[in-house]
Amino acid sequence: MDCSHVFKFKVNRLIVVFALFLAFFSVASPAFSQVDSVVVAQDTAVVAAHAEGESHGAKHGAEKFEPTKVIMEHIADSHMWHLWGHTSLPLPVIVYTPAGLDVFSSGNFHHGEHDYTSAKNTYRLVEDKVKIVGADGQIDEAASAKLLDFSITKNVAAMFVAIALILIVFLSVAGSYKKRAGKGPRGLQSFIEPIIIFVRDDIAKPNIGHNYAKFMPYLLTVFFFIWFNNVLGLVPIFPGGANVTGNISLTFVLSFFTMIIVNINGNKNYWKHIFLPNVPFWLWPLMVIVEVIGVVSKPFALMIRLFANITAGHIIVLSLISLIFIFETVAMAPVSIAFVLFMDVLELLVAFLQAFIFTLLTALFIGMAVEEHH
Amino acid sequence: MVGSIAAIGAGLAVIGAGIGIGQVGGKAMEGIARQPEAASKIQTAMIIAAALIEGAALFGVVVALLGNNPV
Repeated sequence: MDCSHVFKFKVNRLIVVFALFLAFFSVASPAFSQVDSVVVAQDTAVVAAHAEGESHGAKHGAEKFEPTKVIMEHIADSHMWHLWGHTSLPLPVIVYTPAGLDVFSSGNFHHGEHDYTSAKNTYRLVEDKVKIVGADGQIDEAASAKLLDFSITKNVAAMFVAIALILIVFLSVAGSYKKRAGKGPRGLQSFIEPIIIFVRDDIAKPNIGHNYAKFMPYLLTVFFFIWFNNVLGLVPIFPGGANVTGNISLTFVLSFFTMIIVNINGNKNYWKHIFLPNVPFWLWPLMVIVEVIGVVSKPFALMIRLFANITAGHIIVLSLISLIFIFETVAMAPVSIAFVLFMDVLELLVAFLQAFIFTLLTALFIGMAVEEHH
Repeated sequence: MVGSIAAIGAGLAVIGAGIGIGQVGGKAMEGIARQPEAASKIQTAMIIAAALIEGAALFGVVVALLGNNPV
């Protein structure tokens, strides 16, 4: 089936949305960018610990380095994007409260030091979560529970970066296919083409069967989205570094898509296998329960696998870096760096493997749902 | 104390996965050595099996991770 006109239309719309997003950021960022001169414990624990290691506790002696806290801060989502030292890029906060919608920059919190008062509410940043402050200066728990946070957080912004990268790469590749129709691939094309062929020939075809073409757009999208985000997560400096695929909300959404696609495309054999399995009648009630649980537990395992693998990778790398600050000596640095280098190379493999496994299992589940009995 | 017990739980989960993936990898090696022409098929099946085993172990690790933060 030729769906290229729909694709074209959607891509056009995506480009418009993304251009608006970029315009918003480029207009807003000069106003947002700020350099704080004050040392803030919350965002800069590593820097503080570094200073502690250098001055041997003369200045920051009271502040002990807690690896668990620092690591959890680094793998968690955040309302600002830490760039270097005490500089971070504030991201827009979008909250829906009982009083109405509020949009402001997270730079107004000054790394959680100050409260921000808008026309509707007063907000405070507590452990990187936006809370409403009551009239008495205390956090209003009842109102905070009703607050819905739709902010462009670090993970969301990193996801937009990945989406932009994917769009740039694939639109240019698609363009060169149109321009150079019938000729051999060239440049970026020759890098991307084998991967697409790999997804088609090694993932989609053997698992789905002759009807694979219908599912290729989803499989390719999910493969490259996970892969790009995994690899960007390994980059320690600005446009990377966010733990996007190690966020359970994102993996939940991806596996939810898989579940929907599998069940929508399930043919009568698939549903018969679930509700009328070919077993002795006394086993029937048990089998139906098991099969129905299987419908949910398969995507659930996909969700946990991606989340846990990527989060574990980030935790290991951060723990190895933390060794320097635990032993409080520079002599530990070469050992730590060697191990981090080793782990990063291994994570590069894991980044690809997890994207591959997610796509492979998705294709497998789709294949089970569309399989025809002969 | 809670943290250390959670760490023991994570360790136990990893033992199970280690044994399982070790078996899968070893047998796949044997299979490839006997039939090198079937290597790509064996590899794919191996990765699927390893992913399923690993999934079970990661459930354990995630529970240990959640148990690490007493609420």
